Amino acid sequence: MDGPATGAPAVNGATLGLPPTQTAASGMPLTHGLAGLLLLADSRLPAGGHAHSGGAEEACRTGAISGPEDLARFLRGRLATAGRVAAALAWSACEAAQAFSRPDKESREPGSPASSGQARVADPETAWRLLDAEADARIASPAQRLAGRTQGRLLIRTARRIWPSTALETLARAVPDGAHHPIALGVAAQAAGCTPDQAAMAAAYTSVTGAATAAVRLLGLDPVTVHRLLAELPYDSVIAEQHDWSALPAHAAPALDLLAEQHLRTEVRLFVS
Amino acid sequence: MSANHDDHHDAPDGHGRALRLGIGGPVGSGKTALTAALCRSLGPSLRLGVVTNDIYTTEDADFLRRAGVIDPDRIMAVQTGCCPHTAIRDDIAANVDAVETLEERFGPLDLVIVESGGDNLTATFSRGLADRQIFVLDVSGGDKVPRKGGPGVTSADLLVVNKTDLAPMVGADLTVMSRDAAAVRDGKPVLFTSIREDRGAHSVAEWVAGVVDSWRHQHSHSHLS
Amino acid sequence: MTKALVRARAILRTGLDDRGLTRIETIRSDPPLTLRQTAPGEVHLVSTGAGPLGGDHLRLDVEVAEGTSLTVRSIASTLVLPGAGRSLMEIHVYVASGATLVFAPEPTVLAAGCDHRMTTAVTLAADASLFWREEIVFGRHGERPGRCHSRFDATAGGRPLLRQEFVVGDPEADGSPAVFGTARCVGSTLITTETPAEGPKSEPREAEVAEGVAVLPLAGPGTLVSALAADAVELRKRLSWGESRVSVQAGSPARATVGLRPPASRFP
Ligand SMILES: Nc1nc2c(ncn2[C@@H]2O[C@H](COP(=O)(O)OP(=O)(O)O)[C@@H](O)[C@H]2O)c(=O)[nH]1
Ligand SMILES: [Mg+2]
Repeated sequence: MDGPATGAPAVNGATLGLPPTQTAASGMPLTHGLAGLLLLADSRLPAGGHAHSGGAEEACRTGAISGPEDLARFLRGRLATAGRVAAALAWSACEAAQAFSRPDKESREPGSPASSGQARVADPETAWRLLDAEADARIASPAQRLAGRTQGRLLIRTARRIWPSTALETLARAVPDGAHHPIALGVAAQAAGCTPDQAAMAAAYTSVTGAATAAVRLLGLDPVTVHRLLAELPYDSVIAEQHDWSALPAHAAPALDLLAEQHLRTEVRLFVS
Repeated sequence: MSANHDDHHDAPDGHGRALRLGIGGPVGSGKTALTAALCRSLGPSLRLGVVTNDIYTTEDADFLRRAGVIDPDRIMAVQTGCCPHTAIRDDIAANVDAVETLEERFGPLDLVIVESGGDNLTATFSRGLADRQIFVLDVSGGDKVPRKGGPGVTSADLLVVNKTDLAPMVGADLTVMSRDAAAVRDGKPVLFTSIREDRGAHSVAEWVAGVVDSWRHQHSHSHLS
Repeated sequence: MTKALVRARAILRTGLDDRGLTRIETIRSDPPLTLRQTAPGEVHLVSTGAGPLGGDHLRLDVEVAEGTSLTVRSIASTLVLPGAGRSLMEIHVYVASGATLVFAPEPTVLAAGCDHRMTTAVTLAADASLFWREEIVFGRHGERPGRCHSRFDATAGGRPLLRQEFVVGDPEADGSPAVFGTARCVGSTLITTETPAEGPKSEPREAEVAEGVAVLPLAGPGTLVSALAADAVELRKRLSWGESRVSVQAGSPARATVGLRPPASRFP
């Protein structure tokens, strides 16, 4: 093949020798991190997510979800509680992974988000265990903790092969049985080049998509109707900058806890959780 | 890279680990029966683990545990969220996790069998999950199935046509099946079994033992690595 | 909005007397947050006047000294009413090593139009024991509740044990089958399980689940009983069932079963 190593004729600014036309205030291209975000949020990411319903299977079985209206309320509630907590954990994990990967600690501006988290005061492995303990304290149900760790372990295994990074390695070492999924997601997001906001968005989004898909499969709902519900959810409302790990959101969802524990005790089930 | 035993996220590259054998095929063709038969025949000589992918329940895992052919703890059941094909092909993460958990708990193992949840003719195992795969058909689906082909029939390392004892009853012609399978499989082996009559599926077990043996030679663990 | 003023601050501290028994060392209260000692080592919250009302800022500090035990209860449920702005109830607790706190007041009832914030921070020394029950009722009979945001944080031996927030009156979560479902009350009881300073780790505890209630062993040394119900009576029944399961599992007849059962109320 002739031409440049990249193959097809290139039309982007970099190849034409032009400066990137659009940049955010940070100096990063506006598309920075988006490819990583798309890959991480895609349900086709081979990390085991397809087998988790986030309580939706049990809710369908007991009749708590029987149609699109119930499902909409289920998803909204899930996003406002578990989704908010997941987003905060992912945000914090991504930010800490960024801080650890920054070679020069002095270059962090005082008061900037990067200098805030507990990441600064501890070595990475201690910090990961601390953040993981903060996740544990927010998940009262053992069934949900197990599902979260399983998904986290599977994601780390997958992510470290796709986006090898020091932070993923230290996380895997620090929490051998698997860190909670949002933490794994935040660290994977950093490895994939995402910002903490993008990591939080991926966590918020994946906190509801598994349940939505499960309901489509289990109840035969119209997938377009369900995707409209997903499109209307207020993801932005659960994403915020985080500073203090002990003060991260801790919104509980007692019904999800009950569903998770009942699900584990139900004989006939298609989903892991 | 050496395995870090404190880290349960390892993705071993094949060295020093068990051969992973996928058993796929339509629901009811005899995959669980074959898995049990292999445990019966190979259990005395090989260190085994089994992963089942039940569609609904842990029925297959329970059947195998009750059958008493293998230590019940060496059987792990994976839930597949309505999509048995996805779990063995597109998103193998949960199955890989189960296999590695078995190896870590009971290793070193010689052979880990992964039984799929039941597929149509297009389903095959990802190479990321199974090193070798067996596709199991039964005669009651009719003698035209091999001719119809599909990736399972054409590309599996071994095609097993099971329930030959039923052939006269369903009017299936085994010579037709044999000829058609040979035509689409490009010389790869086909074995006919009746696990009902041969509870150790000895011809299949012999094939598997051979495969495990050559795997061992190719991937023997160098203690210096 | 103007800055909320501390309207009332109550302080409760225990100590040991000469015979090594618990005595209440400090008991200071401000209306409407009134504390009364009702038995040795037992104090009741007595509300004098209605409330809290919007704009009220109430704070309670509890310190249970080493080797002492304290029970805090209340005579009646707390009715949170609307007023000028948001009401705040803030509780800070420290339970020292070898000390036991039973905190089991009557429910908090959210009246229509209220805007309430509750924060509780419990710090447990490594071998402190806690029984903490919290019940929230969404409105009086047939009433739509106002808003309430509660946050509970407990650390044990310096490690996070349980952090949970409830938001009532949020259109995103109300009526969600993922959050409260059709329930009108939510409640939980945190019971810490004593961890021996040395020796093997205790047996893994099993979660249990029944209609509207789950017994949830936490990752740390404690168990949460979590319940949803249509009314306060049902809620208490469910929590009590779960609490009794924790005692059964704890097995030891020592403090875990006897000391941590809240004594029957002296008040009808
Ligand atoms: N007649 C006959 N039945 C068999 C044979 N092998 C398995 N079966 C029966 O076929 C049914 C399905 O077998 P199973 O192994 O569970 O199929 P799977 O769904 O592929 O795992 C069971 O009732 C088996 O007892 C065989 O060789 N002959
Ligand atoms: Mg089977």
